[in-house]
Order: sequence, then structure tokens, then C-alpha cells
Amino acid sequence: MNPRIYYIATNTFREAVRDRVLYNLIAFALLLSGAAVLVGQVSIDIERLVVINLGLTAVSIFGIVIAIFIGIGLVAKEIDKKTLYTVLSRPVRRWEFIAGKFFGLAGTLVVNTTFMAIGVFAALLYVSHHLQASDSRILVALYFIVLQFVMITALALLFSAFSSPLLSAVFAFSLFVIGSFAEDLRGIASLTHGAAGWLETCVAYLVPNFSALNVISQVAHGEAVAPQLIAYNTAYALVYTVAVLAGTVLIFERRNLK
Amino acid sequence: MPAIEILGLEKTYSVGFWRKRPKCALKPLHLAVEEGEVFGFLGPNGAGKTTTLKMLVGLAFPTGGTARILGLELDDPKMKAQIGFLPEQPYFYDYLTARELLKYYGHLSGVDAKQLSSKVDAVLARVGLKDAADIQLRKFSKGMLQRAGIAQAILHDPKVVFLDEPMSGLDPMGRREVRSLIEELKAEGKTVFFSTHILSDAEALCDRVAIIHLGELRGVGAIADLTSGVRGKVEIVWRSTTVPAALKTLGAECHFAGETIRVVIAEENQDIALDALRRERARLISVTPVRTSLEDYFIAQLSDPPQGDPKSTLPSLMPGAKSAGARS
Repeated sequence: MNPRIYYIATNTFREAVRDRVLYNLIAFALLLSGAAVLVGQVSIDIERLVVINLGLTAVSIFGIVIAIFIGIGLVAKEIDKKTLYTVLSRPVRRWEFIAGKFFGLAGTLVVNTTFMAIGVFAALLYVSHHLQASDSRILVALYFIVLQFVMITALALLFSAFSSPLLSAVFAFSLFVIGSFAEDLRGIASLTHGAAGWLETCVAYLVPNFSALNVISQVAHGEAVAPQLIAYNTAYALVYTVAVLAGTVLIFERRNLK
Repeated sequence: MPAIEILGLEKTYSVGFWRKRPKCALKPLHLAVEEGEVFGFLGPNGAGKTTTLKMLVGLAFPTGGTARILGLELDDPKMKAQIGFLPEQPYFYDYLTARELLKYYGHLSGVDAKQLSSKVDAVLARVGLKDAADIQLRKFSKGMLQRAGIAQAILHDPKVVFLDEPMSGLDPMGRREVRSLIEELKAEGKTVFFSTHILSDAEALCDRVAIIHLGELRGVGAIADLTSGVRGKVEIVWRSTTVPAALKTLGAECHFAGETIRVVIAEENQDIALDALRRERARLISVTPVRTSLEDYFIAQLSDPPQGDPKSTLPSLMPGAKSAGARS
């Protein structure tokens, strides 16, 4: 990796750690252990289903909140506090700064998700006293969740490059909600004809397709995830993320720091 | 080759939300700063000093003109490796310690990893932060932050150092230390370009200064050359019991000490005053020119209306030009 990107990324990770972002893990651990104890007492035969569903949904929500609320400040906060001045007056290109910030937050989210994943498996072990071979599919669901984080981090960074933190949060969260229903949007678009249909199709394919990356329910029911879907989702998330980051760089390259 | 060569650099911002209208922050600026010079960029708040500095270090983009630093274009990373920059009222990553901050900046500036630790220790000692090296910046006072800011600006041994209001927020001791540091940088052969509105600092440190007001260059040159162009004043002291009527009509304020009277008047009224004293047969004690300070020159430039064609100032802006500024 380009050394400047590496140092900006590690500094971003360090900021998240020192600003106690990873403290969310405590809330997550409390939620999951409480749920596991409760589920163990009230559920009959569906403990695993409930724990996997609840655990993975919590991983997703916690991560999305972190991705949005840290992502929107990655550039805006640096401009606002003028910390960016002493970085960009050095031999650091603006695209390197964006890339460093992106990898720093994505790395934070991967570490966070790893700890939460351990929590999910621990809760599963607690309620069912053993792990099954099909539980490895949880890893696929977690991988898809990480892909969602990567995409939403890129989007938050994009909004942060030209908008205020508050508006960026609204944009990013709205896009996450819309993207979670992207498959439905595409279905509606295919039923509409004419200019409206064309417009709907454009919108449906422009918004991030988070619904394709959500296999929580499928995995909770012990169903396998097709290898083609893994390959397709990986390629889709990477292409989408690179495109959004390229847009961010294009905007940021032209921005005057006031 | 000048260390800093500014060739018609200008900046116009668009202001307004719906109906954008242009706002000129800097009119075409021509300026050259030689290697090894300490150059003061003076002006009141909102004059365009920070805008100019931001364009020179790559934080804002000029809408016209260009500039070269050490012969390299502004977007050249090789140029940026050779400059240091202290922003006005610096704010740093407050979750880092001073040592961590400097190491981070050292890495970004391409300082050799093997030498980085020793360079960081040396620069921390130089700015007086040796004992605070491992304290988080969020616990630093404003003066300590300013020192950390200077440390990061000189850490990588740059050839040209840009300082935006380096004495701002410092106590007298802190200001003296920054002055010493700038003198040390000059002794090391570095070019220092600093903006300030504290004129005594500029007078004490600068080889040359430029004065900017409302985005327009009002004067540039050595302080002695600039101030010699300002119409001076004279102090006249004589012994008498009365003040001649002719002197009273000049509106000068007289100070009495027994039978000794002292008055400060404009240089052009000197002959009128002396003739009046001769007629009264007063005993003249002294006629002394009052030294014109940079402040007098600064105020004179600021009170003048904006100039029309900025290019007409060009010949007097180059170093070594004998002119006492662009507008004198």
C-alpha cells in the first residue's frame, strides 16, 4: 500500500479507537448476552433462529450507525477543525487522503465486526450448547454485512466531501433505507413503462442494492448461499465502492478549503 | 531564482446561495521573495493574507495567475516536500500526543523512518515541548499548541517555511521564543514567509515586508525604504513663555515644562514654525526629525483608497528595487 494512504488509514483507525468508538461493543455484548439468556428461557426449538437473526441484525445496525456517523465527519470534521491544512500542505495528494480515510474507517468496521461476530457465535454456543457445520454460513452473512459497511462508508465519505455533517447523515441514512428495498424498487420499475419507467429503472440501479446483501434470514433458517451470489455481490460492492470513491475524489480535488 | 515567485495570483470566491455573485479575495498579486529572506506579509484582518498563503500551500486554488516555489509549480509534490506550513490558530488531532503527531506528519512528509524518532525529539526540544512530548494535545494550552504547530512546520527541515500569524495567542515569552526561532531559521538559510498584523514583530524580524489591504498589494520593500517615503514629522523645542500665533494656527499641540515648550508638527510646516520662532526671538533648543515607524506607513497605506491597475505596481515589487513601495 502507498505509505501515505497507510499512515492516514492507521491514524483514522487510531482516532476511532481513542474516541471510544469500539465502546459500542460493550452495548452489543450486553444486548446479545441478555437476549441469549432470555431466548434460552422462552424459546422452544427456535433459539438458534432467534439468536442468529437478532445477532446479525444487531451487527448490521451497529456497524451502519458507526459507518454513517463517523463517515460523515471524516472529511467535514477535518475541514471544520482545519486539521486537514497541515496534511494537504505536505506531499499528500487529495485522492490519497480520501483513500486513507476510507481504509481507516473500513478497517475499524472490520475489527468491530470481528469482535461482534465472536459475540454472535458465543451466544449461539450458549443457547444450543454446540455449533453446527451449517453455522459457517453465518460467516457469509457477516461478509455481506461488511460489504454493506464498505459501501455505506464510501457513500458517507462522498456526502462528507461536499455537504454539512447533518445533511450528509440524512443523505447516507436515507440511501441506506432506500437501498434496503432496492430489489422492490427494481420490481416496480420493471412494471412501469415509458419515461417514468426509464427514470425509475435508473434510480433503482443507481441506489446501492443492500437487499441483495442481506441474507440474514436465509442463513438463520440454515439455507446455503449460492457461490455465484457471493461472487456477484463481491464484484458489485467493489465496483460500486470504487465508483463512489472516484466521485468523492473528483469533488474533493476541486474543493477550496476555506 | 526567487524562493517564492508569485505571478498575478488572484482569487475570487462565489458567495450567496441561490444568486451566486463573485467576491474578490485577492486582486492579481505579483511578488518575489528571495532565498534566505524573512518576509513579512502584513495586513488587517480580511486583507487576503490567509487566502494567499492557502493558495501557495495548495489548500485553495487560484482563479488566475500562478506561483512557483523553489522553481516548482504549486501542485508539484516535490515542492510540498520542501515547504513547512503553520496555519492560523492551529488545531491538531487532539487524541494524539505531541510525539505521535510529529511522527505522523514526519511519515506524511517522507522523512526517513530511521531518522524520524531522533528528528522528533530534536524538534520537540527546540520548541520547548520536550517534557510534554507524551501528553495528549487535548490537554495542551493555546501556546503549547502553537509550539506544536511550529514543530510540525519545521520537522522535515523544509527550505521555505510559511507561518500564518505565528505570534497569535502567545504570551510575551512565547512571542519572544517564536521570534528567536524565526531568527534561527534565517541563520540556517531558510526562507520564512509569515503573515501578521503585529507590526512590531515584522519590524524586528523582516528583511522586507509587503502590505496588503482589501485583497490588493499596497506596498512592498525593506522597512527603512518604505518608511522613508512617508511624510515625516519634526519635534521643535524652544525656550519662551509664549507660543507664537503662527504656530497656534498650525493646530499643533504644545507641551509645557516650565519655560521649555515642545511641539510636534508636520515636516512641511517646519519653516513656518521656525520663522515664527525667529520673529518672536524665542531661544531655539532643538529641531529633531521624528522617526516614521512601520505603523505610520501601514496606517497611511490602509487609509488610501484602492488602486486601479495592480500591474502598475510590478516594477517596484522585486527584491532589491529601491522604491519605497507600490504606492508611495
